[in-house]
Formats: sequence, C-alpha cells, structure tokens
Amino acid sequence: MTNWLWDIQGGTTLGLIWGIMALGLYLTYRVLNYADLTVDGSLTLGGAISAVCIASGMNPILAICIAVIGGMIAGFVTGILHTKLGIPDLLAGILTQFALYSVNLRIMGKANFGLLNQTTLFTQIKAMGVPSRWAGFIVGIVLAIILVNIVYCFFGTEIGCAVRATGNNPQMVKAMGANTRTYIVLGLVVGNGLVAMSGAILAQYQGYADINMGVGTIVIGLAAIMIGEVIFSKRTYHHRLTGVILGSVVYRIIIAFVLRFSLMVALPIRITTDDMKLITAIIVVIALVSPKIKAEMHTRHLKLEIAEDEEEEVL
Amino acid sequence: MLDIKHVYKSFNIGTAVQKDALKNLNLHLDPGDFVTVIGGNGAGKSTMLNAIAGVWGVEKGHIIIDGKDVTRDPEHKRAAYIGRVFQDPLLGTAGDMWIEENLAFALRRGKTRSFRWGISNKERAQFRELLKTLDLGLEDRLASKVGLLSGGQRQALTLLMATIRKPQLLLLDEHTAALDPKTAAKVLSITDRIVTENNLTTIMITHNMNDAITHGNRLIMMNDGHIIYDVSGEEKKNLKVSDLLVKFEEASGSQFANDRMMLTR
Repeated sequence: MTNWLWDIQGGTTLGLIWGIMALGLYLTYRVLNYADLTVDGSLTLGGAISAVCIASGMNPILAICIAVIGGMIAGFVTGILHTKLGIPDLLAGILTQFALYSVNLRIMGKANFGLLNQTTLFTQIKAMGVPSRWAGFIVGIVLAIILVNIVYCFFGTEIGCAVRATGNNPQMVKAMGANTRTYIVLGLVVGNGLVAMSGAILAQYQGYADINMGVGTIVIGLAAIMIGEVIFSKRTYHHRLTGVILGSVVYRIIIAFVLRFSLMVALPIRITTDDMKLITAIIVVIALVSPKIKAEMHTRHLKLEIAEDEEEEVL
Repeated sequence: MLDIKHVYKSFNIGTAVQKDALKNLNLHLDPGDFVTVIGGNGAGKSTMLNAIAGVWGVEKGHIIIDGKDVTRDPEHKRAAYIGRVFQDPLLGTAGDMWIEENLAFALRRGKTRSFRWGISNKERAQFRELLKTLDLGLEDRLASKVGLLSGGQRQALTLLMATIRKPQLLLLDEHTAALDPKTAAKVLSITDRIVTENNLTTIMITHNMNDAITHGNRLIMMNDGHIIYDVSGEEKKNLKVSDLLVKFEEASGSQFANDRMMLTR
C-alpha cells in the first residue's frame, strides 16, 4: 500500500515539474492556437543550460533564470521564422527544434551531463532539513502556484488579452489596430520560456541533463492539457490553468501506476519506462477521441428517443 | 476626410484568371458623409473597403485619410483611424472572449498595449451604459462569452466595438446581409443612431436598394471596378429603386444582372 502512496507522491512531484512545461504549451497550443514543436528542443535547452551553469558553480535559481532566457530566444526564433519569413507554423517549430539538437550538444559538450555532488535547488532544500523525497514535492507545489497566478495575471493584461484574441480571431485583432505578428512571437517567447524553465528544474531534480530528455515533450504536454480538460473544471481561466498542471500530475500518476501494476502482475511482456511513449500516445488518442465518442453516443441516444416517441404516436 | 485617388487593384496578376477589381477608382468624402454603396457582384465594393482598410496594398494610386497618406501603412496601423464591421458576424469579435473583454480590446484600438490590467471597473460601467443603448439585454451579460450571442447581437456588439473609440472613418461591409430581415432592420437602426450621434464619416455597402436610398446622405453605385453613379442631397432623397435600375443600365450598358439585388429591392 505504501508503495502506491509513494507512487502518487513521486508522480505528483514529476507532474508538477512537467506541468510548468504543459502550462507553456497551453499558451501556444490552446491560447495562441499554434502547434509549436519547438518545445522538444527548448525543454532540453533549459536542462542543458541549467546543468552547465550549475556545474560552473552558479546559483541554482540564477541557472534556471538563464535557462528561461534561452527558451525565450528559441521561441523568438520560431516566431520570426513563422511571422517574418512566412514559414508554416509546424515547420518553423520543427526547424528550430532540429537546430536546437546541435545547440544543446554544443552547450553540454556531450550527450549526457551529470550533476553528481553539485549544489542544485533540491540539495539546497534538503540541506535545510527537508527529507529528500519531499524536496521536489515542495518546490513543485510552490512553483506551480506562483506560475499559474503569474500566467493568469499575464492573460489579464492588455498584452495578454491581445495574445488571446490573436489565437481566437486574428482578423479582429488587426482591425483593432494590433499587430498579430507581434503577439504570435510574444506568445511563443513566453511559452518556450516556461518550457525551458521546466527542463531546467527537471535537470536539477533528476541530477543530469540528457540530449534526449525533451523527446516527445509536445505529446506529453498535450496529454496533460487534455487530461486536465477532461477531468477538471473549465469554468474560469484560473481553473483552466490549474487544470493543466493537475492534468500533468494525473498523467504522471497514471504512468507510475502502470509501471507498478506491471511489476505486480505477471504479464507476458514487462512494461518498462521505454514503453511510456507508446502509452502516452494511446492516452492522447483516447483524450482526443473521447469527446467525439461522447457526442456520438449523445446523438444516438437522442435519435433513439425520437424513434421511441414516433412509435408511441403510431400506437 | 477620405480621398481615394486613381487606385488600381488586381488579383492573380499575370495568370489566366487575372481579375482587375479596381480600375482608376476615385472618391472624396467630406467629414460626416454617410455614403451607401451598391453594385453587382464583383463590382469592387468590398475590394474598395479592403483597399481603404489596408488588407493588402494597391498597385497604383493613393489613399488619404484625414490628410494623411496611408497607402503604404499596414492594416493594423490604419486601424487607428478606421472602425470596421464585416459581413460575417464571427469576424468582428473574439468568440472565446467575454463581451467586456472584447469591448476593452476595442477601446484600445490604435493605442499601444502594455502590461497594464486589460480592463478597469470604470470601463465596465461605461460598457454597461453603452450596451444599454443597444436594448438587447447585453448590459447584464458583460462576463458572457461572445460566442454565445446570436448573429444580430454579435453585429450590434461589433458596431459598438468599431465606434467605442470614435473612428475617423467607419466601414460597413454588408454588415446586415447575414441577418434575418427583422434583426437586420434593428442593426441598421442602431447603425443610423450611432453614426448620427457621433457624426461619423461612414461607408456602408448594402445589397438592399431601399436601405441604400433611405440611409445616409449620399449614394454611389459601382460597376467594373469604379464608380458609375454618385448622388447626394435632395436628389438622393427622391430616388426610387426603379431610378437606380435605369441608372445602372444607362451607365453600364447592361442589365442589372444580380439576382440578390433584384429579389431584395
């Protein structure tokens, strides 16, 4: 039983840290209506910058800040490729992500950059007497609360409103004297900044940065967003943003349970972390399809009722 | 207030389907002019409005608003002078955002947007007063999504948004065409009131000849990319639909072959 509880605790921690990424992706994917594939690269970029900065003896929080700036630059590049050079949105993101692979290797100098015996945000908190299992949990919760509120306030500002309106109706935004290009770039900058922050914290949490740590970030982010939308309230903007983080937490708990389950039950093939990408893809497909199935069942139900009414009339 | 001088605009240049939408278009509007525009399909009515609004550049000619040559300015810069309402009720508003958010967004038309809060309580009170004048019950629904409104409500809201900061020029592109007759009449009367109260220089495209005659102080008819008939004052007031049909045949040398206009006269 305690194992399951620790799974929940560990899943929550990872979910909160990855939730920051999901928040960034929500900004580009949902708010700006821009499928930004830069994120796979900018998450790794954040991890790489954070790891290298830490290794050079920098303050862990400062390292995260620099990683965020790195992510913002990545988002800016994608934004310029799309708005100024007219490259389609998907391709612009893929190109930046592709280029970032080389950039990330350059930054780290190798494919895996360990942080053994280095001072990270989490070792600092442990040094204050917090049990090591709870250090990540506390950091995750505090950051999630702060960031949800910052992002919420951002969307309440004139500029934030313009970003939302750009994703909703660019034609209206232009007619109201705002340059949609500016707000697309801005949204990508802020979104990728958040994604890089997530990568930076993740690298410190797991004690290393890896060139492949960002693979599939977009899908994991989508899983979090969609789980959040299916399970949690969408009534206010604040609820939606909180739902994204909670969706990420639920996703991680599901993954942890699947792994635990495969340990306990004798399956012909043991499920390992290597299978997580497949499972994640299945989760996203289910989340994407379930609203359609729901709607379909609803209309069938209605048709059935109408048919019954007609039968009664005939009788 | 507005000068269009020798404007040319073509689409699909150099291809087999090249369309010369505006050919040597000239128009001068005095401040406070309320011009209605009629003409057949492809006459260049919407193209003229889009050229003024800067949706794309024109090949030749100049567009001058309030003494300023805006020919080379992009759409979002010209928006500082221009309020617009489109034919499609979905285009003028952000459906996923609240009524008050849409109005607050419109209140900042042409202004630099900053990290100030996007809407203030003082503005909310102003919005409530303005929405009351529409008499559509929207004043109590500031925090409703615009996507939940009917087409007519959305068009009325768009009108309010286009004029909440007084524009030098108001462009209405068949803004009642997508509405049912009763709603269209209501939106038109709201249009009349807003234009008169604020003394707005206005161009309104319509396919309804009666509306074209009864609204505004001036009427222009377009055909084949330029203006073929321009009438104002007493002469316009005394116009009849049949006069317009005759004028059209005289000027263009062809029948007014537009089913939609024939049906709605």
